[in-house]
Amino acid sequence: MFQMRPLVTLIVSGALLLIIGSSIGLLAAPAERYMGDVQRIMYIHVPCAWMALLAFSYAFVSALFYLLYGGWRHDARLEAALEAGAIYSLLLCLQGALWAKPTWGVYWAWDPRLTTTAIMMFGFGGIIALRGFVREPTRRARWSAVAAIIAFVNVPLVYFSVRLWGSLHQLQSGPRSIAGPFLVPLGLNALGLVLLTSGLMGIRARAAWLRRERKMGPEAPDERRPLEPPVKESGGDA
Amino acid sequence: MRPWRAALRKELLLQWRTRAEVAAVFAFGAITLLLFSFAVGPAPQALRTYAGGFLWVGLLMASTLALAEGFHRETENQALEGLLLLSLKPHAIYYAKAVANWLQIGIVGAALLPEMIVLYDVPMPAPGRLLAVLVAGAAALAAPGTLYAAMTSQVRSRSTLLPLLLFPLVVPVLLAAVKATALAISGDIMREWSTWIGVLVMFNAIHWPLCGLLFAHVVEE
Amino acid sequence: MISKKASSSIQALAAEAIPHDSPEAMEKDAAVSCSGLCRRFGGRWALSHVSLTAAYGAAFLVTGHNGSGKTTLFRVLATAIRSDRGRARIAGFDLGRERAHVRRHVTLMSHHSYLYEALTAYENLDLAARVAGESLAPFAIHALLDRVELDDRAHDFVAEFSAGMRKRLGLARALIRTTPVVLFDEPYGQLDPRGFALVDGVVDECRKRGAAVLLATHQIEHGRRICQEALVLARGRCVWRGRAADLPPLRLGHSQETEKEVS
Repeated sequence: MFQMRPLVTLIVSGALLLIIGSSIGLLAAPAERYMGDVQRIMYIHVPCAWMALLAFSYAFVSALFYLLYGGWRHDARLEAALEAGAIYSLLLCLQGALWAKPTWGVYWAWDPRLTTTAIMMFGFGGIIALRGFVREPTRRARWSAVAAIIAFVNVPLVYFSVRLWGSLHQLQSGPRSIAGPFLVPLGLNALGLVLLTSGLMGIRARAAWLRRERKMGPEAPDERRPLEPPVKESGGDA
Repeated sequence: MRPWRAALRKELLLQWRTRAEVAAVFAFGAITLLLFSFAVGPAPQALRTYAGGFLWVGLLMASTLALAEGFHRETENQALEGLLLLSLKPHAIYYAKAVANWLQIGIVGAALLPEMIVLYDVPMPAPGRLLAVLVAGAAALAAPGTLYAAMTSQVRSRSTLLPLLLFPLVVPVLLAAVKATALAISGDIMREWSTWIGVLVMFNAIHWPLCGLLFAHVVEE
Repeated sequence: MISKKASSSIQALAAEAIPHDSPEAMEKDAAVSCSGLCRRFGGRWALSHVSLTAAYGAAFLVTGHNGSGKTTLFRVLATAIRSDRGRARIAGFDLGRERAHVRRHVTLMSHHSYLYEALTAYENLDLAARVAGESLAPFAIHALLDRVELDDRAHDFVAEFSAGMRKRLGLARALIRTTPVVLFDEPYGQLDPRGFALVDGVVDECRKRGAAVLLATHQIEHGRRICQEALVLARGRCVWRGRAADLPPLRLGHSQETEKEVS
């Protein structure tokens, strides 16, 4: 389980793709007509958004599998996916703010997608905090799985209600139809980020797995372990 | 059905016995409303505009206190485990507790309404609509709140963790309840009120069955 | 640390112990039969390959130091927690697959009182009876309270009760159902001599109506008198099993000889 070599391959190839895609996006692709160079943040922003959703979906599936079938590998994957999702949401919020300032003149414009992302970040970040507070491993696994399922199911509700709420404020991010020259770097970056993240998440899950292994010891009690701490013959307590 | 009724009976009895706590929770909400008016300043127009928001944020804060207290009673002597071992189903415990919490949050909210009307100089709102928002909103806070209170009541630093988990989750509730309350107060020209009530109903329709289903995984070892 | 006297006697026991890693055949018609039960808490195995068979109408003594796994064993058997390995049957029902049935056939008197502080003694028993689906008539509840000598405090809140009174009320709570298997975890704790006699009477009554009684206690001499079979646990392992009358005198539970908890 959690072999190291394929994970490293994933990370290296993902990083390469990202470098190529970003170089094309930053240097070769034409500047967008209305937004200019600011628009180039899209090449990383959009793949990040996909990755956040992907990570949270993965967390949801892992949580579901853990509750249905048990198995520590699902818990390890849940831990990795939660952290990846939280990091990507944070990145999204930062990138969104960077893009919004030159475009709309404010860092935070209550765009429904961005607001939903921020709420998701806090929602899933809270589950990471919960994992930090619960020491007993099975309880931690069950509770965080329950919380992850609820938080994930809630995401569409949050998005829907925020959009409904935001529409009254007359604020919507402009529709972006994507033309050919923009598509190549976007696709390369998206693929690169998927590979990179899968590799990193695999390593993170492996770390979670190993840490639990080390803490829990073997899967069965050791019968040869001494019953009592050895009593010294000289008489005094050890 | 009978064990469920017994569990609900217990919840209501416990709530009656600890009514001083409900009063304290109400007092907390009341002083929060007062504090909001200090934050805005003596500007009747602004206060009137944001009255719904203040009410629901105050109620949300107050309800986290009530939810945490409600579960402390179950864990101090492991009484919850005692009920489980008497073959009471986890979802029966959950629904009894959630209904009791619904009632409690609803009562605190109803008690805060007159204060909001007086303090923020709100014109007499449409009472039927306001009540509908209160009932639906309290139910939406109670459903996930009961589940998360069950988790956090057994964890150190529970007072931080419950809001941390609950607040992001109930953002749709807050948005919808605030909007619907404001519309009930100021008049519903655009006919949006039913949309927001629809959001609350949707939230309830998803979370009451889902949390009931998952509650067993929280309390059963 | 474990004082030399206590530990050496445990080790002497272990030397002649039955081989506990060979899971014995589980008897289907026994009240309680388990084989190879293991349970961990984090990295520590609180229960390690414990096997036992208890018959209907008999009392079974489970003893050992603090932290030896008595409570964990009882909590596993009562379905309060799951075992990590091993199998068990309670009244013929499988502990892993038929938990709902097991719960209807076993009563645990835990060292947690399972009581609501904000309810009265009467209300606590009434609630437990209703939840168990046996709604008792008021006189029956008063009779139970009378049995544990608390009837004059029936309508006082549990919050005002002393530790011994809570223990008595917990005992009354355990008597609401008449299950074929009854587990008493440290029933003598905090009780006065009259309370001891009360517990003995209850154990005897359960036995007489054909139930299997498992009794976990430090009161080894006392337990030996009222039980037929016995089992000694040490660090989660079964180190001695046999007839209670044959149990060698162990130095447990005497204040100066006892262990300090190995945590």
